[in-house]
Amino acid sequence: MKIAVCIKQVPTREWQPRLRDDKTWIREADVSYEMNEPDAYALEEALRLREKHGGEVVVCSAGPARVQQVIREALARGADRAIHVEDDSLAAADAFVSAGALASAMADETFDLVLTGLQSDDQGHGQTGVVLAERLGIPHSTIIMEVQIDPSTSSGQAGSLRVKRELEGGWFQWIAMPLPALLTIQSGINQLRYATLKGIMAAKKKEIRKASLPAGLQPSQQIVALAMPARSKQTHLIGGSAGEAAKELVRLLRDEARAL
Amino acid sequence: METTLTKGGAWLLEDTPDADVFTPEKLSDEHRLMAQTTDEFIANEVLPNLDRLEEKDWELARTLIRRAGDLGLLGTNVPEEYGGLDLDKVSSLIVAEHIARSASFAVTYGGQANLCILPIVLFGTEEQKRQYLPGLVAGELVGAYALSESGSGSDALAAKTRATKQADGSWVLSGEKMWITNGGFADVIIVFAKVDGEHFTAFIVEKRFPGVSAGKEEHKMGIHGSSTTPILLQDTTVPAGNVLGEIGKGHKVALNTLNFGRFKLGAMCIGGSRQAIGDAAKYAAQRKQFGEPIASFGAIKHKLGEMFARTYAIESLTYRTAGLIDAALAGGTHDGATVAHAFEEFAVEASIAKVAGTEVLDYVLDENVQIHGGNGFVRDYMAERYYRDARVNRIFEGTNEINRMLIPGMLVRRALKGELGLIPAAKRLQDDVLAPSVPSTAFGDEGMLEDERRAIAAFKKVALMVLGTAMQTYGQKLTDEQEVLSYTADILIDTFASESAAIRARHALQSGGAHADLHEAAARLFVNDAALRVEQSAKSALAAMTDGDTLRTLLAALRRVLKVTPVNTVALRRRLAEAAVARGGYILN
Ligand SMILES: Cc1cc2nc3c(=O)[nH]c(=O)nc-3n(C[C@H](O)[C@H](O)[C@H](O)COP(=O)(O)OP(=O)(O)OC[C@H]3O[C@@H](n4cnc5c(N)ncnc54)[C@H](O)[C@@H]3O)c2cc1C
Repeated sequence: MKIAVCIKQVPTREWQPRLRDDKTWIREADVSYEMNEPDAYALEEALRLREKHGGEVVVCSAGPARVQQVIREALARGADRAIHVEDDSLAAADAFVSAGALASAMADETFDLVLTGLQSDDQGHGQTGVVLAERLGIPHSTIIMEVQIDPSTSSGQAGSLRVKRELEGGWFQWIAMPLPALLTIQSGINQLRYATLKGIMAAKKKEIRKASLPAGLQPSQQIVALAMPARSKQTHLIGGSAGEAAKELVRLLRDEARAL
Repeated sequence: METTLTKGGAWLLEDTPDADVFTPEKLSDEHRLMAQTTDEFIANEVLPNLDRLEEKDWELARTLIRRAGDLGLLGTNVPEEYGGLDLDKVSSLIVAEHIARSASFAVTYGGQANLCILPIVLFGTEEQKRQYLPGLVAGELVGAYALSESGSGSDALAAKTRATKQADGSWVLSGEKMWITNGGFADVIIVFAKVDGEHFTAFIVEKRFPGVSAGKEEHKMGIHGSSTTPILLQDTTVPAGNVLGEIGKGHKVALNTLNFGRFKLGAMCIGGSRQAIGDAAKYAAQRKQFGEPIASFGAIKHKLGEMFARTYAIESLTYRTAGLIDAALAGGTHDGATVAHAFEEFAVEASIAKVAGTEVLDYVLDENVQIHGGNGFVRDYMAERYYRDARVNRIFEGTNEINRMLIPGMLVRRALKGELGLIPAAKRLQDDVLAPSVPSTAFGDEGMLEDERRAIAAFKKVALMVLGTAMQTYGQKLTDEQEVLSYTADILIDTFASESAAIRARHALQSGGAHADLHEAAARLFVNDAALRVEQSAKSALAAMTDGDTLRTLLAALRRVLKVTPVNTVALRRRLAEAAVARGGYILN
């Protein structure tokens, strides 16, 4: 199996977002970065599939020079090599541009399976994987909770897989798909491994192929303005009898606050 | 590259080019990943289990040591052929720094990595290394180090444990060791005993050897999640091949182990301080009194700013020391004796890292309790536990008093051996400062932190003045003058810390890196207050050694040398405090 994992570098979750003066993006000078969380699970899934079925895991990332940090981390955790589409303009690229950049660098590699995270922790469109599948001309499935590869599948041959998708409200769906395919992976589907110190040192010697941004890739959307969410406190009084109020409270907690 | 500055203590006599100093900003991607791995391991596997460790679940401690072994955290300084990774000392520093948050487990880890694995790496025979290191590095065996006894702690060489040679070449050990970290579940123990009651010698003793047993767990003030017990040796037979190092040279094993152990303890203090500043800043931002977050009050900003600057100083000096050791060991692998020699070369810096680190940490943790108010005194918050856990750091790995004696003591010894040009420098200075006007020294023209650069040059002169006067006044008897030695140690610590902080801040300003303003504020604040402490210590020391006209002349010279204009430290502390609150802690990147 030749597996690609697409990884994005995003601001750390602890970081208190601060906006640039023009209010169209964050102040990058302030930020410390980390691997996008669902991407870390996608990488882990790829490493597990490689352990079961053999083959190689190739990390692909589109971004400015600084994304080397997460590429190195992925190599340290066990990926075999990496492809980096490097361009400063990719720092705040939309899903269309990111997917286009990745597709151009990945097209020649003919991967059996491409994994991405479900969405990014910064822009959160949840589109990069889907658009990338279209650009690579392969089928895709989203919000994946489990991946089973048909044991008769081997590299280079048409194979198949079964995947478990998360639906709303605690429902799941199993579907069968042909390979090659692209899956967008949900966080929490496996337990992440650490980069061992040995892995970290070994990663130094692994190949990172640089690719450049293909010409003519135009953003399809534009961020006009960003605003910090205003903190608001609202008191909502629920009327009715105790029994009715309790029912309504449970409904609100479940459907609106999503606390249940 | 210049090699003179890779000599221990050389910073006191020479100007260090900024570029030669290692700083946390120079960490490689690999170093940062090591920090991340260690952090994740502590956060996911150790912190959620602290309570179980505090209930003395040593099976769990063993499992965690094994996990640390799996990740490679125990083998940073071990050659590859024995299962280690043979990394630079900066890597060891990083692992120690990031393990520190787990207080109790950090002590368990230290007992294993610093006190058991390290002496075998440094002094073990090929046979011993092959027998013990792979298991210890993998965390399959747990290690300990048994030097102290009830009657001999600081005076460790006065140990009463005896070793007697048998006809077949084996040894019989008997005695009782005290306060042994990991004692309750260790498999391999480095034991110090006197051959025929005379020749101090180290042995590798296995717990399963007949006659070895652990006594009851001590009831401690803190680090309840680490094991501390007596180790009893009742006519224990130890094979001939288990002498570590040479017979009668146990002090070499003991001291060289401590040289590096002290440095790593200093590194742990950075991690502990950083954690507490994060907790304190977050608490201060969220706790409201009089309708305002307490973080908005000047008194609280004073604390946060000071915690920040002092942590910056210990971090700067500890990373610098790691860089010095790595530079001395640059290029390829080295045998144990070479590595031990490098640790010995920087023993002064290691003692400084230990004393400064543990005292800054205790200051930070005390203020952390204070910022938490009543909540700081109850067990629902970590502040109370940190405060208790850290107290032992000033006691073990050589008390801070003992380390304070060592700092000037080792410099003087090197000077007398002609290894360090301390005596001629002190003489030159005497001629200079006693002359009616001090020639103004020309400084670099980078135009950054110039006042601080001048102040630090002055600290060095003050250190030389005090040390020179002390050597002249007391000669061989200087070792009896502990108060003067302590004052001198304090001046030396502030000098090394100030210079390391200022050089690092200049790096940050020159590279225009993120938050260079915070580096600058921390360094300026630290150097400014160091000047006040240096002046105070120097006056006390000089007044203890001289009187009348001599004292007056020296004090006048001191005033001329140490002309430092105070800066607005209120503004600097506020800036640091506000940054800590805005960013959720001591964050410089
Ligand atoms: C939790 C814990 C874990 C420990 N782990 C280990 C371990 O793993 N292995 C091990 O071998 N030991 C260990 N120790 C022991 C520790 O190293 C000693 O307690 C320490 O060295 C101090 O010795 P002491 O307790 O005998 O104090 P003392 O030496 O009696 O010191 C008492 C006071 O007198 C001062 N003092 C003593 N001599 C002088 C002097 N010459 N000049 C000036 N002041 C002096 C000291 O600084 C101190 O303030 C541990 C201790 C604790 C509490």
